Amino acid sequence: MSIMGKKVQPSGEKRSRYAAGVMEYRQMGYWEPDYEPKDTDILAVFRVTPQDGVDPIEASAAVAGESSTATWTVVWTDRLTACDKYRAKCYRVDPVPNAPGSWFAFIAYDLDLFEPGSIANLSASIIGNVFGFKPLKALRLEDMRLPVAYVKTFQGPPTGIVAERERLDKFGRPLLGATVKPKLGLSGRNYGRVVYEALRGGLDFTKDDENINSQPFMHWRDRYLYCMEAVAKAEAASGEVKGTYLNVTAATMEDMYERAEFAKELGSVIVMIDLVIGYTAIQSMAKWARKNDMILHLHRAGHSTYTRQKSHGVSFRVIVKWMRLAGADHIHAGTVVGKLEGDPNMTRGYYDICREDFNPMQLEHGLFFDQHWASLNKVMPVASGGIHAGQMHKLVDMLGEDCVLQFGGGTIGHPMGIAAGATANRVALEAIIFARNAGRDILAEGDEILETAAKKSLPLKQALETWKDVTFDYASTDTPDFLPTATAAE
Amino acid sequence: MRLTQGCFSFLPDLDDEQIRTQVQYCIDKGWAVNIEFTDDAHPRNIFWEMWGLPMFDIRDAAAVMLELEACRKVHADTYIRVSGFDSSLGWESVRISFLVNRPKKEPGFRLIRTEGAGRAVRYTVQTEAAAAE
Repeated sequence: MSIMGKKVQPSGEKRSRYAAGVMEYRQMGYWEPDYEPKDTDILAVFRVTPQDGVDPIEASAAVAGESSTATWTVVWTDRLTACDKYRAKCYRVDPVPNAPGSWFAFIAYDLDLFEPGSIANLSASIIGNVFGFKPLKALRLEDMRLPVAYVKTFQGPPTGIVAERERLDKFGRPLLGATVKPKLGLSGRNYGRVVYEALRGGLDFTKDDENINSQPFMHWRDRYLYCMEAVAKAEAASGEVKGTYLNVTAATMEDMYERAEFAKELGSVIVMIDLVIGYTAIQSMAKWARKNDMILHLHRAGHSTYTRQKSHGVSFRVIVKWMRLAGADHIHAGTVVGKLEGDPNMTRGYYDICREDFNPMQLEHGLFFDQHWASLNKVMPVASGGIHAGQMHKLVDMLGEDCVLQFGGGTIGHPMGIAAGATANRVALEAIIFARNAGRDILAEGDEILETAAKKSLPLKQALETWKDVTFDYASTDTPDFLPTATAAE
Repeated sequence: MRLTQGCFSFLPDLDDEQIRTQVQYCIDKGWAVNIEFTDDAHPRNIFWEMWGLPMFDIRDAAAVMLELEACRKVHADTYIRVSGFDSSLGWESVRISFLVNRPKKEPGFRLIRTEGAGRAVRYTVQTEAAAAE
């Protein structure tokens, strides 16, 4: 008979496990429905969409096999190893609710399959080969459970939320940032002007965009010099600590270290990298940042190529987990209300992964497992992309206070200029936080709270008038598969 | 110059009733409330002088307001801030901090630039009042 296009021994027929030839993955030990995962196992759940006619359990066992020890045929050299231990074990296959033809496959991996403290190694196993496997139409890594024994082999975020707040001396409210716009084309001197105006006006941070590196219109040293002049001047004008995320993303590690060192020499409190530099480079920069007392901001550039579609790729929640291990202090994690993809429930899940020490299983937020972080530093989520002062109450209500709210257009596009845009955002934020703390229902009364604050702040009044009707109401593509269901009281 | 440290510096200065609402918020959260003062609000002057110990076991904001009143009597012409301290596991730090008093004339800061090689500048922020001493 033929399974998944391979000629295999029919299941009913007894044959030796190690006889040469091909055999179903489920018979080779990659399907163990009775297996009870150990506390030290790494667990993964995949959304498996087999080709027509391919049995879901065999397909899921194949995923376990191809992401651990298996190859397409029986090999006698398995017998030189404790192969039972090294085989990943698919222990559960459930149909995806309301999605005929797709299954959730739960797979357990022994801890010894992985090198300690290496995201490159983890991802090479889990997403290395298996995503191109022909018998599958599509495959998506939905979530992972990382055991404490494994979590403890990572440095994690170099600074963490608490130490970041202590260093910046900023407590009790979200931090405010803005990305310099236009993202390409400004000279260093003009770029620094935007930074100065935004920081002087009341923002805590400004930010390079993901593709600002070292281009003909502005080389990196020039940008750093003008930006740090702006930061220092704004600190003196306000008496507050200010920062600008200097993007050190470059072609080689040597270039990145050189840029980061220069940022440090100039007194910057923070540097920035893009996700596209790769997991190893991220871990290297996290170590550098820890050694040099630097906050490390991570822009998730490129992630939507593999996180957005539900059927195939890697869920963003897995990327957030990996980045907490790898060691980012900030990560862009969605706004819900802004211009970029982000279902509210899924986004809640990402924020919880960043900020909690323990994430209970919560299917409606996309969290398939309990996850203990074992006191690993917390990551500050960044909400960026198409948000403005008029949404402040919704942002605070949904995202809480340990995050960075980043208003790029919503600062620089203000009719009275950048500093006024910054002030509008800061006034709106402080008014909402004050009202929340004073016991008001900010979601219900938010508009009124902002209107009242705007009576004493012309910049806020103008911001509310300019953007009052701007919303981005589009259906999300990456939505939860499970809805909360009411359970009867016992 | 208006110092904009703390949670509410972009709002008009808080009156006592407004301060009370925020103190009560801290107490309801189980945080210790601390009163500190300084005449040097340099952005990296972390350790302001403490007005007594943090108030760990206070139930009512009124008690904190009495302490604040006493502090203001002695240090009327300084910066005073109130903060809420959360000792719970995983945080063990300040949760909120806001200014409740400012000197009549805020001295501001001067930016000192020390020029170095390759156009690099080393920046020092100096408190104006401290510089005059």
